Amino acid sequence: MTIETLDLDAKVGLYQAQVELRQFEKRAYDLFLENFVKGTSHLSLGQEAIAAGFAAAMRQDDYTFATYRGHAHTLARGVTMTAVLAELMGRTNGLMAGKGGSMHLTSVEHGVMGSYAIIGAHLPIACGAAWSAQYRGSGQVAVCFFGDGTTNIGAFHEALNFAAIWKLPVVFVCENNLWMEYTRTTDITAVEHPAADRASAYGMERILVDGNDVDAVFEVAKTAIDRARAGEGPSMIEALTYRQAGHSRADPGKYRPDEEVAEWLAKDPIPMYHARLLSEGVSEETLADIDRKVAAMVDLATEEAKAGEAPGREYLMKDVWADGGSAWRN
Amino acid sequence: MAQLTFREAIARGIAQEMRRDESVLLIGEDIGAAGGVFKGTVGLFEEFGGVRVRDTPISEQAILGAAMGAAMTGLRPIAEIMFSDFFAVCWDIVANEIAKSRYMTNGQMSFPLVIRSGNGGGLRFGAQHSQSVENWAMMIPGLKVVVPSNAVDVIGLMAAAVRDPDPVIFLEAKSLYASKMDVPDGEIVDTLGTAKVLRQGSSATIVTLGGMVPKTMAAAEELAAQGIDCTVVDVRTLVPLDTQTILREVSATGRLFTVEENPRVLGWGAELSSIVAEELFYDLDGPIVRITTPHIPLPAADALEDMAIPSVERIVSEISRSMNQ
Ligand SMILES: Cc1ncc(C[n+]2csc(CCOP(=O)(O)OP(=O)(O)O)c2C)c(N)n1
Ligand SMILES: [Mg+2]
Repeated sequence: MTIETLDLDAKVGLYQAQVELRQFEKRAYDLFLENFVKGTSHLSLGQEAIAAGFAAAMRQDDYTFATYRGHAHTLARGVTMTAVLAELMGRTNGLMAGKGGSMHLTSVEHGVMGSYAIIGAHLPIACGAAWSAQYRGSGQVAVCFFGDGTTNIGAFHEALNFAAIWKLPVVFVCENNLWMEYTRTTDITAVEHPAADRASAYGMERILVDGNDVDAVFEVAKTAIDRARAGEGPSMIEALTYRQAGHSRADPGKYRPDEEVAEWLAKDPIPMYHARLLSEGVSEETLADIDRKVAAMVDLATEEAKAGEAPGREYLMKDVWADGGSAWRN
Repeated sequence: MAQLTFREAIARGIAQEMRRDESVLLIGEDIGAAGGVFKGTVGLFEEFGGVRVRDTPISEQAILGAAMGAAMTGLRPIAEIMFSDFFAVCWDIVANEIAKSRYMTNGQMSFPLVIRSGNGGGLRFGAQHSQSVENWAMMIPGLKVVVPSNAVDVIGLMAAAVRDPDPVIFLEAKSLYASKMDVPDGEIVDTLGTAKVLRQGSSATIVTLGGMVPKTMAAAEELAAQGIDCTVVDVRTLVPLDTQTILREVSATGRLFTVEENPRVLGWGAELSSIVAEELFYDLDGPIVRITTPHIPLPAADALEDMAIPSVERIVSEISRSMNQ
């Protein structure tokens, strides 16, 4: 969903987008507990406004680069719930037929140029896509999402400098949810705002935004993306938010103080937006309809995903190479 | 016909591809106006300009990340990693990102890129600027690996690498940069996955590549004078591996020797030996012998480095000892 101006219709759309991400993630969690989703999964519960706000500010052919916490960013670009859920479950109707899994969601046709599970690696890769757009004169922008903890790895710093010197059309988005796994990021970082406080070292503006306010996210995203498209170079945006659930799998997140969790639950982006839309004249019924419609979407996607088959042997040895095969010798 | 050095052949090979395809771009440290620290890109900046031939900061992850992102969105970048030892600081991008992403995405993405790098010893640079890392690259599923041994092959295999739809690690033996050869005029395009028989003999088959090829050829001359007449196969590309040519040549002589510059353990010859042992066991007339750099970091002193890397003398003596057992 691309939004031009933030009128009331667009806002209702943003509400729905967030509700979709929320309900999807809850379902993904349930399916993990039921052992339908194996391995691992990292949810964006509480962080939906960032994915929804940015996707709305992007052009259809812009590029998204996400992390292992990438369900929301993938869905926000228009990939179906069924394709993502089935991928989480390792089925052939999954986005990558089960070959990538939860941490590597990719849909080139939707501009989702991968979800990357090695911390920081995708920042330089996003620079490459932006460099390509710049060289081809396509006007495309690469938007690269990552966490607060990621600001301490070398690739982050290499990418920022690289983007700055080549004036690349890339927007870096730090989703600061305060925690890197089980450690508080301010305990292991030299500055208070891990991304924003470092932006100036690479000639970029210090931009902080309330990551739980989808309108604010949309505005800041639009400004940065327009700027990049106009050839004015990269931006760094630090969006303040909170991971309502654990880091991954069934992590109960006990290391977080109760008061902190309570404080951030009170700032949950979805009830906040619900209240705002009511005050701006949207009816209770319209929003309740959306909630119901999305619940039905998630149920249907769950059924469709479960109906998918496990990939057979024919998937195992294919697509190492562009010829479709995996032969390394004759 | 012109006589070219190995390093001039690199620039010529790249220029040939940049002229025919606008999507071919070159990035790396000091590769622009400076022409590369090994002078492998001399003249390219002048001919193609700073947009297509672009200097980068000392950011190996950013260089290879940029190449990957550009390749997945329709370009054909050639990136330089100055010394192959430096792959260690950007190996994530090579081994986890570039190599795995086509498979992980069920074939949604292609990475038509080339990573060239100065490889191996002989220049007395010490352990951090001298290792032969072709075995690092060979053991990662999803990478093609080219190790040319002469100027003509450099041009043809560079063309094949650039045109290939898959990522190619292109390792240039530093010890060969100054070597010279007559190179025909006009376009040269070779084929990946083809080994070359450089010399035919009946006593034994020596399989080698890259900087070890001239030494092996010189050793084969000396061995011939002793009555040991060897076939020499230049592997040229480790992935895809032209196993058929190698098996045919080993089966013809009944003996396999490998000459490898990489450190001993899990060098490329170990995989080759295992293939031969498994598929050609009953054709062998004697043990497979691997002549390699010992399993040590390379020392800097010329006296020590010469002892470490297989030399003509060592190749001759190890082969003749084994053949006369
Ligand atoms: C190079 C590397 N080191 C460590 C890890 C393990 N790891 C996975 S997620 C994570 C925390 C990242 O925190 P942050 O960047 O804040 O993102 P968040 O998970 O909060 O979204 C770590 C350490 C990894 N995947 N890659
Ligand atoms: Mg975090």
